[in-house]
Amino acid sequence: MSAPSRDDLIDFIYNEARMLDDSRFDEWLDLWTPDGLYWMPLEYNQQDENLVTSLLHEDFFMMKLRVERFKGERTFSQKPKTRCHHVIQRPFVDKMDADAGEFVTHTAFHYVETRLDDQTLLAANARHDLVLVDGRLKIKRKRVDLLNSDAAFGNIQMFL
Amino acid sequence: MSRYANDRSAIAALVRPTEVHRDIYIDEEVFQLEMKHLFANSWVFVGHDSQTPSKGDYFTTEIGTQPVIMVRHTDDQIYVLHNRCPHKGTKIAIDRAGNTGKFFRCPYHAWSFKTDGCLLAIPLRKGYKDTGLEESESVKGMASVGAVKNYRGFVFARLAPEGVSFEDFFGDSLSSIDNMVDRSPVGRLEVAGPPLRYMHRCNWKMLVENQTDTCHPMVAHESSAGTAIKLWEEMDKPEGTKKPMAMEVIAPFMSSYEFFENMGIRTWPNGHGHTGVHHSIHSDYSAVPGYFEQMVEAYGEEKARAILGENRHNTVYFPNIMIKGPIQQLRLFQPISANKTLVESYIYRLVGAPDMLLQRTAMYNRLINAPTSMVGHDDLEMYERAQEGLHSDGLEWVNVQRLYQPGEDFEVEAIENGTTERQMRNQFDAWAKYMTMTMQEAGQ
Repeated sequence: MSAPSRDDLIDFIYNEARMLDDSRFDEWLDLWTPDGLYWMPLEYNQQDENLVTSLLHEDFFMMKLRVERFKGERTFSQKPKTRCHHVIQRPFVDKMDADAGEFVTHTAFHYVETRLDDQTLLAANARHDLVLVDGRLKIKRKRVDLLNSDAAFGNIQMFL
Repeated sequence: MSRYANDRSAIAALVRPTEVHRDIYIDEEVFQLEMKHLFANSWVFVGHDSQTPSKGDYFTTEIGTQPVIMVRHTDDQIYVLHNRCPHKGTKIAIDRAGNTGKFFRCPYHAWSFKTDGCLLAIPLRKGYKDTGLEESESVKGMASVGAVKNYRGFVFARLAPEGVSFEDFFGDSLSSIDNMVDRSPVGRLEVAGPPLRYMHRCNWKMLVENQTDTCHPMVAHESSAGTAIKLWEEMDKPEGTKKPMAMEVIAPFMSSYEFFENMGIRTWPNGHGHTGVHHSIHSDYSAVPGYFEQMVEAYGEEKARAILGENRHNTVYFPNIMIKGPIQQLRLFQPISANKTLVESYIYRLVGAPDMLLQRTAMYNRLINAPTSMVGHDDLEMYERAQEGLHSDGLEWVNVQRLYQPGEDFEVEAIENGTTERQMRNQFDAWAKYMTMTMQEAGQ
């Protein structure tokens, strides 16, 4: 890929959601740059990443740890497995800088997670910072803002 | 059918020296009695005074299941008021925090109250002329809780007007709060952002017991901490690569039984106690540049070493909080019903200390105690399985026997092997005491 089109960016976001829903986590990890960062703030409009608690603020090692944990024989909170489902709105392309190889999308989505008899519905917005690496789009940063990030939750076990 | 109300003996019989009856966890009537007796007679954590730094600042929370407002009055003192208009019962404030200025005003009929709760004004007051309003409960304004104590910024309240004093209730256990606050070179903590809020479908006491349960980490957290260690070892990395902060936080959960045995547990009277007497899973964090020098500057080298040499792991303040001194965290186990508990995990800034300490604390909080945390998932799975399993009629008792010694006296401070369940027994001893002290015998 030389310069991605708007459709390439939008397809990328849809494909990522489908990978998560299909539990293709190793493929999903491959979408990230090695210095990728996944952030899910705790506060509405949170600005500070480090000195205030977040729900998630994880580097590639931690994401990989989650994926490996899902597979573990003694991961009891994944016996039985959680399933998830994303319904995403068509992403906005907020930044398209082909020269710098930097792209930003904004995606509104609903997310459902289910295990045993429980089902949780969350509404969220995702901001993806994408970069071109060796002609492939990669996620450098993903920020997920839950609509009710300050609410009390039970378990949220999968990736939004 | 009431099985426990007004029956002191029936409640006392739920606690035996080495086991407790399942109704302590699953029975709604026992839960209601806990709210009425245990949570009224003991000193319960309300909030930190840095959550209400200015006059008129308020914070809403619950003591047990009682809605209260913590507010800073014009005299700069912290007051804790029942969050209920004395007129029709409307909650005066429902946002988590705010500033009300010089007075509270009920949004329903505009009755207003000073920030110490006193009635300030009633619109169209002439309508109460000659009705005997001054004899009513309502005229007293917003009711205060029984007693309030601000201990080095941590605000506790006793709902009952009469009862054990703050000092007698906590005794020497306050040394854990002291150590946490002393870790600031200026001796002050400030709340850092909102708490993580994690809903648990289990009884609140399961969470409290788990704080000093040192035989579960290497089992229940093998999935997260064990996998982390394995992944780190397998990773292709240059010789001598420094462990990332996240690994320093998560890896010690896989420490051996021997490690936890040697770490030690101390119990104090009234159900308080802590793990990590000699060392703990927080002992081996990397030094933060400049911090030790600041501490020496503030306290002198000997005292600075003594403060930082304490590595208490979890200190349980009965009934329902735990603090981690070395990382300035407080977890509140808020009872909602027999099978529902809200866990709020707060972190605090050591005023005057380097930001990197707070950064590690924030990381610890989200890695271990968030609804999105792997370690949290491990624990919640066990609590919820236990809450469901306890409904089985196969057995009615829960075992708390590990390293039991006949004739244990919980009125005396003790230091024991770090894997003892003495602290759980200590909590149940206090539970029975504070539950029954204001109860009658059946038939009275």
